[in-house]
Amino acid sequence: MATVSASNIVKRFDEVLAVNGISLAIPDGEFVVLLGPSGCGKTTFLRIICGLERQTSGDLVIDGNIVNDVPPRARGVAMMFQSYGLYPHYTVRNNIAFPLRTQRVSGTEIEKKVKWASRLLGIEFLLDRRPRQLSGGERQRVALARALVREPTALLLDEPLSNLDAKLRASARQEIKQFQRRVGVTTIYVTHDQVEAMALGDRIAVVDHGRIRQIGTPTEIYDEPADRFVATFVGAPPMNLLTHNGACLGFRPENFLPREMMRDGAVTEFWFRVDRYEYLGSERIAYGTIEGFDSTQFITAKLPARIAEESVRPGERHLFAVHRQDLRYFDHDGKRTRGH
Amino acid sequence: MQRIVTRVAGEAGFYLAIAFFVVVTTFPFYWMLITSFKTNPDLYDVTNIPFWFNEAPTLEHFRYLFEQTLFARWLLNSLVIGLCVVAITLIAALPAGYSLARMTGRNGEALGIGIFLTYLVPPTLLFLPLSRIIANLGLQNSMWSLVLVYPTFTIPFCTWLLMGFFKALPPEIEEAAIVDGCSLFGAFVRMVIPLSLPAILTTVIFTFTLTLQEFVYALTFVSSSAQKPITLGVATDLVRGDIFFWGEIMAGALIASVPVAIAYNLLLDRFITGITGGAVK
Repeated sequence: MATVSASNIVKRFDEVLAVNGISLAIPDGEFVVLLGPSGCGKTTFLRIICGLERQTSGDLVIDGNIVNDVPPRARGVAMMFQSYGLYPHYTVRNNIAFPLRTQRVSGTEIEKKVKWASRLLGIEFLLDRRPRQLSGGERQRVALARALVREPTALLLDEPLSNLDAKLRASARQEIKQFQRRVGVTTIYVTHDQVEAMALGDRIAVVDHGRIRQIGTPTEIYDEPADRFVATFVGAPPMNLLTHNGACLGFRPENFLPREMMRDGAVTEFWFRVDRYEYLGSERIAYGTIEGFDSTQFITAKLPARIAEESVRPGERHLFAVHRQDLRYFDHDGKRTRGH
Repeated sequence: MQRIVTRVAGEAGFYLAIAFFVVVTTFPFYWMLITSFKTNPDLYDVTNIPFWFNEAPTLEHFRYLFEQTLFARWLLNSLVIGLCVVAITLIAALPAGYSLARMTGRNGEALGIGIFLTYLVPPTLLFLPLSRIIANLGLQNSMWSLVLVYPTFTIPFCTWLLMGFFKALPPEIEEAAIVDGCSLFGAFVRMVIPLSLPAILTTVIFTFTLTLQEFVYALTFVSSSAQKPITLGVATDLVRGDIFFWGEIMAGALIASVPVAIAYNLLLDRFITGITGGAVK
C-alpha cells in the first residue's frame, strides 16, 4: 500500500499524443477513478503506472521512489486487465499463486495467501478449475484475487466490469468497493462508465484528449463541473447547455421542472416545448426546445414519473424553471465562470 | 417425394465429389503400397493387371533394402538431420516470430513479409552461393552441410508461421505475467511457449517434413552413400545403371512416409484445438 504520484506525464506514439501532461497525486488507500471517453488516454496512463509503457517525459513516483526506469516486476503494483488476462494453462490456484511464485515466496506461505485471497473473494471452490471452465463473474474474481494476493503497492483496474452483464455489474461494483475499503489498497480504476465512476471513486479524474479536465469528489464533479466537457460527459442525460452570445448557460435535467412544482427561491423561467417523452419507470425524460433559443438545441428535463403526462403535453409549451443556484455558467472557451 | 429425390441427389453429388478427391489423393499411396509388396516378375509382366497382386505378396524388397543397401543408414541420417534442423529452426524462429508479432506498425509487417519472401528464393538458385560456404567450411560431402543449409528455408517459413500464431495470442496474458513479476523473457517462456504448443508442434512437423522431402541441396552437397539422407539414397543408389528397381524404391518411400503420415494425422488434430480458451473475455 503506497502513495502514487505522477507529474506531467506525457506519452507520444509517433504522431499521436496519447497522454498530454497528466499530473495526479494519490494518497495511500485512496480509490481514484479515471473517467473518460474511449481513446482519451486513460488506459495508456494506467499502463505507464504499471510499467507496460514508458512515458515520453514526466516523473512517476510510487511509495516515494521515482520508478521511471524500474521494470514492471519491481514496481510492486498489480493490474487487472479489461479481459482479465488469466493464464489459461494454469488452474485457478496456480493463477492466484503466480505473482507469489515469481517473488520466490515459500510454498507454505503461498498456500496460506492463496487461501486468504480466495476466501476473501468467495472462490475457494473454484481453485482446481481452469479459466475456460469459469463464468465471466468468476473469472473477474479470480483476476482480482490474483491482483491482490501479493498485497500490491497499488491496484490498477482497467475497465474490469465491462465484460459482465448489467445485473452482475451492479453487484460486482458493490463488491469491489467494499473490498477495497476492507483491504485499504491504493486503487486506480479506469472506466468510461460514469455510473461506475460516481459509485466507486473517492475522487474522480475526468480525462479527455490525454489531459485531466477536472479532479474532485463525485459531488464536485457532478455539481461543480469545471468546464463544458465535464458537464456534458457526466450525468445521464447530460447537463443542458444553452448558448447565448458565445457564452453558455448550463443546468441539470433534474433541476429543470415545471414552474408550478417549484416552491420559493429565486428561479429563472423558460418556456419549454416538449417534443417527446421517454418513460424510464422511476422517471420520465422530456425532450424539447426552449423558446427564444436555437430550436435545434435539444433540452432534456427529468421529471418524476408521478407527474402525469397530461400536465405537460407534447407539442404544447409550458412554463419551466430552474433555481438560480442550480445554474452554471461557462465562457466561450467552455471554462466555468462565476456567472452574471 | 420430389424433395427427397433432390436431397438424395444432392448428397450423392457431395459424396461423389469427396470420393473423387479421396481417390486422387490416395491413389499414389496405394500404388506405392502394392508395388513395394509385389514380386519382380509380377511387376515387370505387362500382361498382368497392375492394380492388384497377381502373385503372392513378398517382403523381398524390404529385405533387400535393409540387407543389401545402406537404407537403414539413410533413415538414420534423415532422422539426425531432421532433428537438428528442427532444433535450430525452433531456437531461431520462436524468438524471431514473437518479436515480429509484437512489433507494432508497418515495420513489423514489412519485415515479416520480407522474411517470408526469402523462403520463395528457389534452392536451385541458392545452392550456388551456399556451395561456396559449404566448401569454405570444409563440409562438402557431409550430411552436416545439410544441417547447416536446411535452416535457410525452414527458419523463414516457420518464423512466418509462428508470427501469425503469436499475433492471434492475446497480449494481456504476457502483460499480466510481466506485471505479476516476470521479465519479458520469463513471460515468453512461461506463457507464450506453453500456449503456443499447437503452433510449435505444427512447426516441428512442417520442418521435419520439409527436411525429409528436400532433394536439390542433398544432391548437390552430398555424394558418398553413407552420408545421404533418405530422399537422395532412394533416388540415386536404388537405380542401378539405368534400371529402376521399383519394388525397392517404393518400399523405401513407404517406410519414409509412414511416420510422417501418422504424425500428421494423430498429433495435429489433437493439439490444434483451442488451448487458449478462457484466457480473455
